[in-house]
Amino acid sequence: MFRKRRFFVWIKRNYLSIIFSMIGSIIMLFLVATLFNMLLQQMILSPQDLLDVITDVDVLRSVGLTLYASFLATLIAVVLGTPFAYVLARHRFPAKSFIESIVDVPVIIPHSVAGIALYALLMRRGIVGSALESLGIVFEESLWGIVAAMLFVSVPLYLNAARDGFKSVNPHLEYVARSLGAGPLEAFFKISLPLAFRHLFTGALMAWARGISEFGAIIFIAFYPMVAPTLIYYRFTTHGLRGSRPVAVFLMLICFVIFISLRMMTKRWEKTK
Amino acid sequence: MIILEDVTYMIEDFSIRNVSLKIEKNEYFVLLGPTGSGKTLLLELIAGFHIPDTGRIILDGVDVTYMPPEERNVGFVYQDYSLFPHMTVEENISFGLKTRGFPKEKIEERVKEMMSLMNISHLAGRHPSTLSGGEQQRVSLARALAVNPRILLLDEPLSALDPETQNILIKELKGIHQTQNITILHVTHNQTEAMILADRIGLIMNGELVQVGSPDELFSRPLNESIARFVGIENIFRGRIKSNKNGMAIIDLGEHEIYAVTEIGEGDVYVFIRPENIILSKKPLKSSARNVFEGKVAKLTNLGPIMNVELDNGLKIFITKQSVEEMRLKPDDKVYASFKATATHVSRRMR
Repeated sequence: MFRKRRFFVWIKRNYLSIIFSMIGSIIMLFLVATLFNMLLQQMILSPQDLLDVITDVDVLRSVGLTLYASFLATLIAVVLGTPFAYVLARHRFPAKSFIESIVDVPVIIPHSVAGIALYALLMRRGIVGSALESLGIVFEESLWGIVAAMLFVSVPLYLNAARDGFKSVNPHLEYVARSLGAGPLEAFFKISLPLAFRHLFTGALMAWARGISEFGAIIFIAFYPMVAPTLIYYRFTTHGLRGSRPVAVFLMLICFVIFISLRMMTKRWEKTK
Repeated sequence: MIILEDVTYMIEDFSIRNVSLKIEKNEYFVLLGPTGSGKTLLLELIAGFHIPDTGRIILDGVDVTYMPPEERNVGFVYQDYSLFPHMTVEENISFGLKTRGFPKEKIEERVKEMMSLMNISHLAGRHPSTLSGGEQQRVSLARALAVNPRILLLDEPLSALDPETQNILIKELKGIHQTQNITILHVTHNQTEAMILADRIGLIMNGELVQVGSPDELFSRPLNESIARFVGIENIFRGRIKSNKNGMAIIDLGEHEIYAVTEIGEGDVYVFIRPENIILSKKPLKSSARNVFEGKVAKLTNLGPIMNVELDNGLKIFITKQSVEEMRLKPDDKVYASFKATATHVSRRMR
């Protein structure tokens, strides 16, 4: 009797959280069903296809290319984006909100639109494409085309994370460092950068993941060499689900392993701090 | 020595306006003002974190107006301590010495010296997040002092601490000032802190430096009504000087006339009297007080440490609660309110 009453009191107190959790579980169910349906079907019903894929040179090459190209795009985003993010975090200037909106554009436009735009700019006959071709850099159907497309769609993620990271560092700390004799550059490298590092790292990770997942923008400028998402699409159109699903599962597993291990690494850093 | 010449600086919707100030070498100067009056901004201007729109800043004879902060050799301590969270106490204190390129042994020696000066040697390897507020403030002071700055700027250094720690640190600040031969500019909104520590006080309100003087001067002879209110002079009367003979003025307050010692001649004035300078008694006092008013208590209002007493003769005065409690005053009691002509401060009132 007493227990029953307590149970009802508990429900009454927490009814909002209970309803919200139920709503949340629907979303979770959708996500889990989509991912695990594919994963389990592949692993249980046709494990041999998956094993074949792992030894398929074309697949390995495309997965390697995807990881490498996205890594290059992220590297460019970090090198060029970190100083930019710092300026956005620390200074007010005219047109700042306009610039910040421009930064967010790649996130909101359809990927095919991004692909067309990049192609128009970087193709051999494009303004930048033709100029860079004379320097030996070709975007059409090349690694650089893939990197450019990945950079375009992933750089906002890094910029925003890095800007928030720098914003989270109290400017007083930089001021004090300056008063103690550190120049602007020294204060940046000894104070702001290490304190924002976790944000920068997470931002880079997100940007890398975003690059790996890109397909729409890439195919306009570089269908070949095939990145993994392109290969999956190609095999789907030529061999159907049976030919494309093992590659998809393989790419998904690789991404899982990489991101989980990187997350664990950052967790460990936080603990040692 | 710090000299500010007509310094003006505007930031967003706030401005520091035409601040001129001279702080002597080795002086302990307190900048006092309510929250949002521009005290911190003025300190940051002196440290070089912002460049003034107009005016000059001179430190020890050198015009530093456009000099970057790292070349000014100014120690800065923030209210939030601003310790570098990713460094240990020792690394925090040695930061300035390292940027200045001192040899390793010299750095170690100086850090040890600073830690023992501030009694924090046992905290050397700890990170700031594991320290109490008082400990963090000590580290912050040690870090600022380690590089031998020519001036020390303190931004509300005691405000975030509990009263007990405040008292200890006040003593330590006094000690530092005496032993380190350093000019200190200390910003606070706390009048007690200002009174205890300051050689001189500058009062800043709404971005303007409104009065500079010794603690005594500021707290008993404010220049205007808003200063008087800020420094806790509750009894403020508007009146007119009818006559002034050899410094003894007769002032008409409307329903009453009082005697006050002042050099000001005829005209409109404010009269300020501190609550502790008005004495209430149930019997007429045999004292030298020139001003005695008789009346019945009409109303008593408790305002914390201060009581507002309204008499049926129209006089409204603020006195310390202690004196009311000692008399067991209640409404309808007949009382005498008295104060000396020298206990008043008179300042000219612009119409």
